[in-house]
Amino acid sequence: MKTVTLTVNGIPVTVPEGTSAAAAIATVTDVFHRSVRGAPRGPYCGMGQCFECRIRIDGWRMLACLARATAGVAITTDD
Amino acid sequence: MTEHFDVLILGAGPAGLAAAETLAHAGRTVGLVDEQTDPGGQIGRRAIRQRPGRAFRKTLTRLRANDRITYFPSQRVVDCDPHPALVTESDLGYTRLTGASLILAPGARELVLPFPGWTLPGVLGAGGLQALTKSGWPVRGRNVVFAGSGPLLIASAHTLKKEGARIRVIVEQTARREIARFVAKLPAWPSKAIQTLTFTLGLAGIPYYTDAWVTEALGEERLEAVRIVQRGRSSVVSCDFLGTSLGLIPNVEVALRLGCALSHDPHPTVRVDSLQATSQPGIYAAGEITGIGGAELARLEGTIAGHAVAGELSKARALAPRHAHWARFGAEVARHFALRDPLRELAGSQTILCRCEDVTLGEIDAVADTGSIKLLTRLGMGPCQGRICRAALAELRPGYGTVTPSEISRPPLFPARLDTLADQALKEPSS
Amino acid sequence: MSHDLIVIGGGIVGAAIASTASEAGLRTTLIESALPATGATGSGMGHLVILDDALLALSVRSLELWRTLPDRPGTEYRNTGTIWIAETEDDLPGLEEQSLHLATHQVASHLLDHRDLHALEPDLAGDLPGGLLVPGDATVYAPKAVAHLLGRARRAGAHLLLGQKVVALTGGGVRLADGEKLTGVVVVATGPSGSELLPELPVMPRKGHLVVTERAPSTITHQLVEAGYLHGVRETRHATVAMNVQPRPGGQLLVGSSRESGIQDRAVSVSVVSRMLMRVFRFLPALRERKAIRIWTGFRPATPDGLPFIGQVPGRTDVWAAFGHEGLGITTALGTAELLVDLLLNRPVRLDPKPFNPARAIEA
Repeated sequence: MKTVTLTVNGIPVTVPEGTSAAAAIATVTDVFHRSVRGAPRGPYCGMGQCFECRIRIDGWRMLACLARATAGVAITTDD
Repeated sequence: MTEHFDVLILGAGPAGLAAAETLAHAGRTVGLVDEQTDPGGQIGRRAIRQRPGRAFRKTLTRLRANDRITYFPSQRVVDCDPHPALVTESDLGYTRLTGASLILAPGARELVLPFPGWTLPGVLGAGGLQALTKSGWPVRGRNVVFAGSGPLLIASAHTLKKEGARIRVIVEQTARREIARFVAKLPAWPSKAIQTLTFTLGLAGIPYYTDAWVTEALGEERLEAVRIVQRGRSSVVSCDFLGTSLGLIPNVEVALRLGCALSHDPHPTVRVDSLQATSQPGIYAAGEITGIGGAELARLEGTIAGHAVAGELSKARALAPRHAHWARFGAEVARHFALRDPLRELAGSQTILCRCEDVTLGEIDAVADTGSIKLLTRLGMGPCQGRICRAALAELRPGYGTVTPSEISRPPLFPARLDTLADQALKEPSS
Repeated sequence: MSHDLIVIGGGIVGAAIASTASEAGLRTTLIESALPATGATGSGMGHLVILDDALLALSVRSLELWRTLPDRPGTEYRNTGTIWIAETEDDLPGLEEQSLHLATHQVASHLLDHRDLHALEPDLAGDLPGGLLVPGDATVYAPKAVAHLLGRARRAGAHLLLGQKVVALTGGGVRLADGEKLTGVVVVATGPSGSELLPELPVMPRKGHLVVTERAPSTITHQLVEAGYLHGVRETRHATVAMNVQPRPGGQLLVGSSRESGIQDRAVSVSVVSRMLMRVFRFLPALRERKAIRIWTGFRPATPDGLPFIGQVPGRTDVWAAFGHEGLGITTALGTAELLVDLLLNRPVRLDPKPFNPARAIEA
């Protein structure tokens, strides 16, 4: 299986090619962001509807469940 | 960038793919727009750690080989107009696509009813957990509970088990005798009977509670356990993930903006005639958007819509009996797995209803004039634009007028970059 | 049933009048045909702004009242201040002039040079030469402000009739759609639909668009308005657009603004939104990447001379008007209520009511 290496919050992560950004993040943290009142949140719908997995890839705001983990990118959570 | 096609299709799931192939076969050019990175929809999603299935490979090959079909993956529809045209946004920018006809096949999302703890990381929709697992979500060796109602629980549990998860228990709200009645009818749809058997054998040894539901998800920073109640008896099961599913609701936002007539039951579906035509000229709808019926029905509706748009009316009409056959299957699932009232009573005053703005059910109930809920609590005013909480509120508090159709039929249909909104006007035909 | 005062309209002006009147001891009933704050009030930005000459005194007094409103946090009042931003050097003299005007009304303001401006608001385009900071301006969340004022009115004994439409003024009272009659002195505070009950007082809906963005970290802390807005807002013929951006608690931004007359259609106009946003990008280029969650439209109640009708309506028995505030209804609601109730009770007034006298429209 081909793999790609990227970073999640600065931590290097190697995952199979085709892995979603959400899955790559989940290898590092359960908490993708904090809610308006500070509660921990992670992906909920997994299909691009709930916006709970919003993160940044190389600074761009994306939904982690709709994005692939690609080689060399820097993903950050807790936006 | 503006591109024109004979037919635009929104959604590359079973309905959209069937429509695209039918139209391409009839000599039409097709622009096929989808928000996922791969075709197949939620049901046809490929598991990255598994060898691609034959069906998936065939779909991809046919799509790529067909030069009449232009496939636009990873595209979010942020606006549309009944010309028809779709304005889409992706990482690369925005595109305006136009067509002589438009087929809407955007599928469905999961219905969720809030319960205490449902916002903890580790609690997901069952279909969402299945989808993420196929995309590499780390579940190997992790403890997983599935809870809710209907065949999707079984299908999702089956996927996770194949990926190495430990399924602790499947919690089904429906009573055992009701399930038995459903299973007794399955031989009328042999493929479904075989699928059910496969799943059941694959899940042998896993506890399957009926007449039971999860009343609470427990944990601080993430899910640690769930509380299950079965006929009055309560137990706590520790787990890393909970997948919940109570059924599906159609994604009608684009249809609503285009002015297509809807039915409410209570969740909106797009009204179509026997040729899948909506109330708007030149706009068709196929698949779950016309009512939840499953992949087989969606495929048929996509084919019918394709034939109808291509003017092959006799071919479209010839599919009516098969359509009726599979529509009955959808109706049987809906009937036997109908939601039971206790599930609507799990949320307490402290339970969050609107995840985006952290609005609790208590705050909503405190608003004297139910029509003012949105303005006063900010319910549905976050980035999901009410996609999750609107349906939940319709179930929990029927009749609360939170959002009017005109409010949710405005652009942007999904959060869109301001520059997309600013620039797309330049693409509009001068009027 | 007999009342001292019947207020028609549950927007910010009606709510403020109901609150002020009931606290002054008047037996007050407020009638709203739909729900509170669902008209012009709920569509607006909630910017409390000292803007132009004609309404300056009323605005200054209103801001004082907003600042001293009891339990103000319930309105989400925030003292953001406003920065008027010059696009080019040519705008600077106008801002200096505005600063002097404000000073004559004891309103503090500070001229900002290029460096001051970018120190306060680093996201502004680098070429902008300066601005004018009005530190006393503020923002409220208007639906909550209305709920707050209606709560005060209720506690002071006012009655609220929601979902009831007044179909006629009866001379000494009103008749509701269901036939019921109420007697008392009437105040019409129905904003853009004021002329439905009082055709002799012309008010035209002036459409506006607003965009709200997702929550995201932002350096914007003041309400930011382009200097051209000070002069451009009176244009009525075509859609006019001006940059007007408000930071909301939690990182959302309200992005405006547009003005169009003679349009009844509520639909979002993609071309107006586009022009509006292009104007915003001129001042705040970084907002191109921000994501919009919702766009909506609303109608401001505009009068021919740009001044609201506040006072008794000549030729009618016990009918008063309080509408036509255009874009300043939220800013001036509390001052309007104070002035109207003072006039009604024959008390000494704090400011000259003549410019707002409805008689001007009838005599003209």
